[in-house]
Amino acid sequence: MPHLAFTSQLRRFTATPEIETGATTLRAALEDAFALNPALRGYVLDDQGHLRANVVAFVDGRRSTDRIHLADPLLPESRVHVMQALSGG
Amino acid sequence: MNDRAWIATRKGLFELRRDGATWRIAKTSFLGEPVSMVLPPQPDGRMLAALNLGHFGVKVHASDDAGASWHEVATPAYPPQPEGAPGAPWKLVQIWSLEAANGVVWAGTLPGGLFRSADFGATWQLIDSLWSRPERDEWFGGGYDVPGIHSICLHPTRPAEMLLGISCGGAWVTKDGGDNWALQASGMRAAYMPPEAAENPNTQDPHRIVRCAAQPDVLWCQHHNGIWRSTDDAASWQEVTGAPLSNFGFAVVVHPRDADTVWFVPGVADQQRIPVGAALGVNRTRDGGRTFETLRSGLPQQQCYDLVYRHGLALADDGSTLLMGSTTGGLWGSNDGGDHWQAVNTRLPPIHAVRFG
Repeated sequence: MPHLAFTSQLRRFTATPEIETGATTLRAALEDAFALNPALRGYVLDDQGHLRANVVAFVDGRRSTDRIHLADPLLPESRVHVMQALSGG
Repeated sequence: MNDRAWIATRKGLFELRRDGATWRIAKTSFLGEPVSMVLPPQPDGRMLAALNLGHFGVKVHASDDAGASWHEVATPAYPPQPEGAPGAPWKLVQIWSLEAANGVVWAGTLPGGLFRSADFGATWQLIDSLWSRPERDEWFGGGYDVPGIHSICLHPTRPAEMLLGISCGGAWVTKDGGDNWALQASGMRAAYMPPEAAENPNTQDPHRIVRCAAQPDVLWCQHHNGIWRSTDDAASWQEVTGAPLSNFGFAVVVHPRDADTVWFVPGVADQQRIPVGAALGVNRTRDGGRTFETLRSGLPQQQCYDLVYRHGLALADDGSTLLMGSTTGGLWGSNDGGDHWQAVNTRLPPIHAVRFG
């Protein structure tokens, strides 16, 4: 199953569940994590549900570029990492 | 309270206490995190801090014990943006102003929305009556990419009335608690606009607007290109000329019981945001702007490049205790209305806001 993990930088603000998910898209995987910790959503997504400008998601080592829909497909063995972009300081 | 103050900085929130004539840092909170604004403790001890995390967005924290401990509360959020809606994205960029009265907290934000909370930050509501005004399409950013509300001037005796200062969107007034709004910046002039548009009240850049608590019909504005005063509750504004050094600056405070006594911190100009002559001075008028004096005693007078931003100057309720913080981390205090200043700390992080309480 796809594996989702968040940067350790987020842990000082809120819980970051590391999960195995049956999701088939990046957004669905994130929603699974938000279901475990609703407060996490606002740290990763903005008011419009888009990936925050200074947050970056990697799917199998490739940076996601669809910051609006987060429709990147996930394979059963995909590994997703949500990181802070260094553009944020 | 005149003996406690809060310094919101690029790298945390600092609580100051005054021992006699000297200020000391008593406590730090959110060390390392940008704090864009603070709402000092209310009579029940509750206070708010607005963070602007570089990666993870705006967050609001509340304290029930005057800053001893904190917990995260809700963040104001913009509603879904309709397809093709003009203007800036409907995304919270920063909380730029926080005020509270009568059990209600008001948050002014970039990109220009006003939010209301009746439960001290547990929930927030966007004031749609202002956000949906067609004039908002004409607003633009001043110092930021998007417009923002930096001044919320509540009325001391009429709880349904408030004035907002918006960069760049002029001054807006409600007299019914936010149901209806009127643009009230007539008389201001924008030197950065084409001549035929210079007097458009909707594109004025009031850097900061403050209201005299005892004479609430009197408002003072440090504007992008001058100083303006209103004596008729913002029905009209008159330019005040004759301030020494420069009429450019960001900060203004008015004496709580004497509307004619006002302080400003001039800078050279918009294209050179440093003290005139690299020497820090504070302009004070005691006669409603007819005459000014520049106060320098105790302030650096050589190679000083400190800029005092719009929320960086604060006056305590006693009318004589001042604190002034700069964008390069200088903090000075005065116990005599600015006649004499003492450095509190000149190596703080960049200072966003200074507030007593």
